[in-house]
Amino acid sequence: MLNPNLKLNDKMFDQDANKKATRDGFGEGLVELGNSNPNVVVLTADLSDSTRTDKFAKAHPERFFEVGVAEQNMAAIAAGLAEAGKIAFISSYATFSPGKNWETIRTTAVYNRANVKIAGHHSGVMTGPDGATHQATEDIAITRCWPDIQIYVPCDSVEGKKATLASANIPTAVYLRFTRDKSAVMTTEETSFEVGKIQDFWISDNPQVTIFATGYLLYQALLAAKQLEEEGIQTIVANVSTIKPLDGEGILRLTDKTRAVITVEDHQIMGGLGGAIAEFLAKNQPLPMEFIGLQDTFAQSGTPDELLAKYKMDAPAIKEAVKKVIGRKT
Amino acid sequence: MIAELNDLQLKHLQEKAVEMREHIIEMLLEAKSGHSAGPLGMADIFTAFYFHILNHDPRNPDWDDRDRLVLSNGHICPVQYAALAMSGYFPIEELKTLRKINSRLQGHPHRGTLPGIETTSGPLGEGLSQAIGMALALKLDNKVAHVYCLGSDGELQEGNPWEAAMFAGKNRLSNLTLVIDRNNIQIDGFTEDVMPIEPLKDKFAAFNWHVLEIDGHNMQMLVDAVNEAKAIHQQPTVIIAHTIPGKGVDFMENKFEWHGMPPDKDQAKKALDELRTLQGKIENESQ
Repeated sequence: MLNPNLKLNDKMFDQDANKKATRDGFGEGLVELGNSNPNVVVLTADLSDSTRTDKFAKAHPERFFEVGVAEQNMAAIAAGLAEAGKIAFISSYATFSPGKNWETIRTTAVYNRANVKIAGHHSGVMTGPDGATHQATEDIAITRCWPDIQIYVPCDSVEGKKATLASANIPTAVYLRFTRDKSAVMTTEETSFEVGKIQDFWISDNPQVTIFATGYLLYQALLAAKQLEEEGIQTIVANVSTIKPLDGEGILRLTDKTRAVITVEDHQIMGGLGGAIAEFLAKNQPLPMEFIGLQDTFAQSGTPDELLAKYKMDAPAIKEAVKKVIGRKT
Repeated sequence: MIAELNDLQLKHLQEKAVEMREHIIEMLLEAKSGHSAGPLGMADIFTAFYFHILNHDPRNPDWDDRDRLVLSNGHICPVQYAALAMSGYFPIEELKTLRKINSRLQGHPHRGTLPGIETTSGPLGEGLSQAIGMALALKLDNKVAHVYCLGSDGELQEGNPWEAAMFAGKNRLSNLTLVIDRNNIQIDGFTEDVMPIEPLKDKFAAFNWHVLEIDGHNMQMLVDAVNEAKAIHQQPTVIIAHTIPGKGVDFMENKFEWHGMPPDKDQAKKALDELRTLQGKIENESQ
């Protein structure tokens, strides 16, 4: 059942449940930060509407900088602003930023310990019809290997806003990952959000498997858990909204009973959430694992639902993985 | 407005520049790796900035109202390290730790590790954008401090500097001045053979910059150019400074082979002898 302590949206499984894109939470968070902190500045590379920075631009035009189609320039200007005392948010599609401008961010923001927040949009196959060029499926992998970075992947728009607000409290670089389409709103304003904490959204009396999910696919994991429960298989579903720093204590606590793990992410299975948890467990408590995500391939154009089904990242695929990992338990 | 240099000041600065070159040679000899030509070529410009032009306070390196000097081509950092130490940011003796384990003098400069370093650099073409960010922040905060970006000619083969040039031109960032070390060399040869960057003046003018050209070893010309840059209120200014790579050490001058190489013991001795002779000459002339 849904964890009652977290005050989640108990109508999330209804037909007419509320849906909203995580990027909308980013846009709202920025405006709120702009109102409360005069040092917050925002930059975009010709994508102010798509990345939802247009609202900030309207509210605080003097602190909004349009750099045109120039992601390296955007990143390094942001670093300069931060070096002079500002909190600089840069926003573009994640394939371009932190993709195309990876080294610029590495040097000028991360290694420089500059107060730059990198908002990567259109992450995952969920980006849909634009195709693989615009579906960022390696962005967690390429940022997670940087020392001194924090990485937040909000599961819904409400958490998207909270993550955006929280990032401004960190004096160094943070990578924020957002998605394009409307997706299930699982949390509420009352749901607590703490950087670096894994939360068990779905709990059971006798769970056999722990499903760690990040981003909007958490909803598919919850759907799978609900259906599996009806079939007599109990699970834990946990929201990993902070990929770095990883909540090792939380991982150990939530796998203590189950001794089997599934990871779920709209990202390549290498280097992302699955990689992070596998690295941690290999050192601390080796357990059988299955990885839901893009299986070492580029995806293609299609609707998000079609793509999730084709690349086996939806609830039916998660259920299958749960059954498989139970079979691997010793 | 930066004060004009009188004869005595000029002599004093020229002596400082020779001293800076001696430090550079000694550091590189000790480090056994690093770049020779660029630092020597830029010693006059760094001397003029740190000892005459910049409004800065070595005892308070993070002072909000300081002018910013952003080094874009980080590989010439020995000249900046020498300038910082000679200004009093850290002890002169520390120069000998360049590129060694546990040193604050990293092979390429790292912000936060050493006082006076405004930004990390090394990967080329990123300094101008960061200088732009600082210039924007200073404007937002209504500060009169000026941002100087010192960069190289070779790094203009990157795309990023032109993205930055476009932005600064469009936004009329008059509190920003770029100084290009036009020494014509890069690792693989002469810039115009490797990948021509000329016509440089026309390119920056087309990007809405005010363009000046100077002899990069003439400190009075640099002071005049900086004053003109500060007087221009609708454009950023680029000062194309023609320099001789390896300047002051005869066998290194204008040789691209010395771009990324340190002197060995004999070469360092020869270079230091030459610089000390030059120092004596300036001293004699000033008496």
